[in-house]
Amino acid sequence: MAQEEQSTRSIYTDLDDASTDEEINKWERTFRLWRETLKEHWGMLTDELSVKLSMLTVAGFMIIAIFAPFIATHQPLQRQFQGDAGIIQDKWAEPSLLGGDTEYLLGTTAEGFDIFSQLVYGTRAALLVGLIAAFFTAGIGTLVGLVAGYYGGKVDDALMRIVDFLYGMPLLPTVIVLVAVLGPDLWNIILALIILQWRSTARVIRSQSLSLRERPFVKAAEVAGAGDWHIISRHLAPNVLPMTFLYGSFGIAWAILAEAGISFIGLGDPNTVSWGTMLQASRAYSALSFGAWWWFVPPGICIGLLVISGFLIGRGYEEITNPKIQ
Amino acid sequence: MGKASFVVRRTLQLVVTLWAVGTVLFGLFRLMPGDPTSYVVSSQMTQEARQQLIESYGLNDALHVQYIRFLENLVVLNFGQSFHSNQPVTDIIATYMPNTLVLMLTAFIVAYALGITLGVLSGWYRGSRFERSTVITALTARSVPTFYVGLIVLWIFGAELGVIPMSGMTSLGTGGQNTGFLDMVFTLDFLRHLIAPAAVLGFYYMGYPLLIMRTSMLEVLSEDFIDVCRAKGLKERTIMFKHAARNALLPIITAAAIALGYAVGGSVLIETVFAWPGIGREMVRAVLRRDFPVAQGTFIVLASTIIFLNFVADLAYGYLDPRVTYD
Repeated sequence: MAQEEQSTRSIYTDLDDASTDEEINKWERTFRLWRETLKEHWGMLTDELSVKLSMLTVAGFMIIAIFAPFIATHQPLQRQFQGDAGIIQDKWAEPSLLGGDTEYLLGTTAEGFDIFSQLVYGTRAALLVGLIAAFFTAGIGTLVGLVAGYYGGKVDDALMRIVDFLYGMPLLPTVIVLVAVLGPDLWNIILALIILQWRSTARVIRSQSLSLRERPFVKAAEVAGAGDWHIISRHLAPNVLPMTFLYGSFGIAWAILAEAGISFIGLGDPNTVSWGTMLQASRAYSALSFGAWWWFVPPGICIGLLVISGFLIGRGYEEITNPKIQ
Repeated sequence: MGKASFVVRRTLQLVVTLWAVGTVLFGLFRLMPGDPTSYVVSSQMTQEARQQLIESYGLNDALHVQYIRFLENLVVLNFGQSFHSNQPVTDIIATYMPNTLVLMLTAFIVAYALGITLGVLSGWYRGSRFERSTVITALTARSVPTFYVGLIVLWIFGAELGVIPMSGMTSLGTGGQNTGFLDMVFTLDFLRHLIAPAAVLGFYYMGYPLLIMRTSMLEVLSEDFIDVCRAKGLKERTIMFKHAARNALLPIITAAAIALGYAVGGSVLIETVFAWPGIGREMVRAVLRRDFPVAQGTFIVLASTIIFLNFVADLAYGYLDPRVTYD
């Protein structure tokens, strides 16, 4: 397809719009440039078996999250026992999957919640935190990195000092303090994670765009009279996009881990079921000492599966962008 | 720019970062919902005692006066008194910090000894099954949340098998609480408590040096001097450990300093799971019970550990690698 286009258009087509006023066309072309990079990488990525399996896992969890109300057998935060809440520990139902004499697939918690349904709904919280936090951390980080690397000088200095400062903040303690200030809510956890986590993407993208902006094609665009935003979006961004996606997929994993940790400490959203809050509840009721393993084993396995998938996808992508480490 | 001016500039940056962290913390705790004075004055006090305390802390002063006093106190490491125990925060930090350091350093030594060795081997035997399985293990180690691995270890070895204690650093009644810190560290009882959290952390931290070492080995192995070593007829093992690994070690050293900082900062979870009386757990407990002087003090300690070790890593890099230029 590239062949055909080149025969009809000049090689400077992507600069032409500086003189035309076709707004739609301009966006279309930017979009196409980005899409081409992604398409090429997607093809290479799905060649690897571990990446393919990881993608299937993530897709599976996504389906569970979307159809959670149809998959879950009970309401996740509805007590399954009537009346006396006095001696709840007697009423732990064992999983029916292992021959327990109940209707609960994975048993119930000491509070009388159905564990299977909690797991299913927990997928929603995990993916919500993971995807939203990763999207914004990768997005903000890339934008800051591009601007810092392209403009250099004082802009670069100012932005990088902010990044340095953020690197001085310990991740979990900072998120804990932020959530304590903002209130325990899933959105506040996401916000706190975004505030801190864009630092690593920004640093990497900046160093990439620093070297890219010295390359001949950027110089050529400059000489041809392309504007700053044109160069950033059309010439730099498509080249750093692989790194953005790399950090994005690692970002999903880190965000899910962090949310689980914060919820486990007891600063999770009390109105949302997440795998972290499940673990926290199991600890609060000493499920460990009572040997109620069906309560605390499944959430951790889910966290692990999703996070490993994120890391493996990131790793597979890293090998494409940096063939040296293969 | 020369080395000397780099050191000066980096030192200035260290001071500025510490100031920024302190300032943000000052602002954050003043954003806490509710009565702005509630974070220094416990709500259980009588009205009279409360007024007295507010006065003595100077909380009726203008914000900028309070801010300057806050910075002054920061410089002389005066973090105030705990609402909970009325102890000076500095004493609390001095009690809990060594516990965290013992745990973290043990885990780190285990992790880096194992991680570096496995990293060298997996870089050397590139493309083998051994390499693939170590990389997968390292990735798995970094993916499963440490606190979850800790829970499972506690359940299997603590609750079911009963071979490790369920919580804490010393058993009650062994006198561990009354003796000095070093006396306590060298007891069998302490080791029994240490082994599970240290092993879980060690396993987690092992992945990072392993992957870095492997990548670094791959880069070194493609350089010419390795071919020269081969041409000289050196033994494979000599090339691997004496020539390749030594050159590949550089990124590890700086990464280790930085990682140690984040490990101390990230001690929060593992200490909570094992009820290890360290500084991270103390911070969480202080935040949960709204003991803000303690939360503030412990947070500053955690943050400055990271900032300081980053600083050390930056300086060390220049001294260890003569090829580094300062621009």
